[in-house]
Amino acid sequence: MMRALLHVLLVALLAFAGVTHAQAIEPMPFADHAQELRFQHLTQQLRCPMCQNETLADSNAPIARDLRNQIFQLMQQGKSDDEIKRYLVARYSDYVLYDPPLKPGTWLLWFGPLLILCAGAGVVLVAIRKRGRDGSATDTTSDRMPLDNEPADNGDDW
Amino acid sequence: MNRLLPFVGFMLLVVLFGFGIWWNSRHDPNAIPTPLLNKPAPAFVLPKLYEPTQTVSKADLLGKPYLLNVFASWCVECGAEHPVLEAEGPTLGVQLVGYNYKDAPVDAKRWLAEHGNPYNVLIADEPGNTAIDFGVYGAPESFLIDAHGVIRYKHIGPLTPDVVASELKPAIAALSREAQP
Repeated sequence: MMRALLHVLLVALLAFAGVTHAQAIEPMPFADHAQELRFQHLTQQLRCPMCQNETLADSNAPIARDLRNQIFQLMQQGKSDDEIKRYLVARYSDYVLYDPPLKPGTWLLWFGPLLILCAGAGVVLVAIRKRGRDGSATDTTSDRMPLDNEPADNGDDW
Repeated sequence: MNRLLPFVGFMLLVVLFGFGIWWNSRHDPNAIPTPLLNKPAPAFVLPKLYEPTQTVSKADLLGKPYLLNVFASWCVECGAEHPVLEAEGPTLGVQLVGYNYKDAPVDAKRWLAEHGNPYNVLIADEPGNTAIDFGVYGAPESFLIDAHGVIRYKHIGPLTPDVVASELKPAIAALSREAQP
């Protein structure tokens, strides 16, 4: 009895999960399964203009629905993925691409992290060199009190 | 010097985060810069809201600059923008074209009857397909289009008296200066 009840509950839950998922993506009359996969793959790489952190595939915003329909129409017209991306970029700028292209406007975005890494490496290098100079006169293995200008082991300098 | 280093690092972070707060308070992080700025507006043919059998095209509106204002009855911020359009619209010196976006005509008409109609021309895009060509992704949005059909200025979000005075009016003034000589 209990088991049967549990089964019913589980099935009901699963059914609901299916419903909530289906709401975001309405069924479209795809020509074949390959086209459906291509559509899903493409819309997952595109960003909804209305809701910054959602892909066109996931978003339930009206504009995302319209753009999904438009992408579907363009696919039926035989447009390639690149052509569809260009179509959207011409209207909504690079913003719609989750993978931003490399160009002067995005140099900071692409190389900024490297710049910060280099700056960090520079600081570390300078610190090590300084430490090496200071430490060369003394034996670091001896059990002495740490000097004031040396980083302490307990890390309370940082 | 070593003792000061954490403090300097902390102050650098304070400056960085302070800049972020300052920047975001002056810029709408949701606004997408339109790639259509200073490019010809997309061609369109849309029915009039009040006479759906008649259409208005881009060619019909050429010759004089106009402000294309995207609005909808479902759009909350449009209600906030509306009094500004009512008050400032007649003083702008350009035609005000209302672009009713993804709206049932009945709702749009009721909304305009309630809030007033500041528009000289009213067109309706119920399916919202033409709006995609304009790069519209919400409402309200406003486009200033010159006599040659080129988009010269775009504002995303409601037009406020501040935006009208500091951005829209100077943009319109620049257009009339071009038309003078």
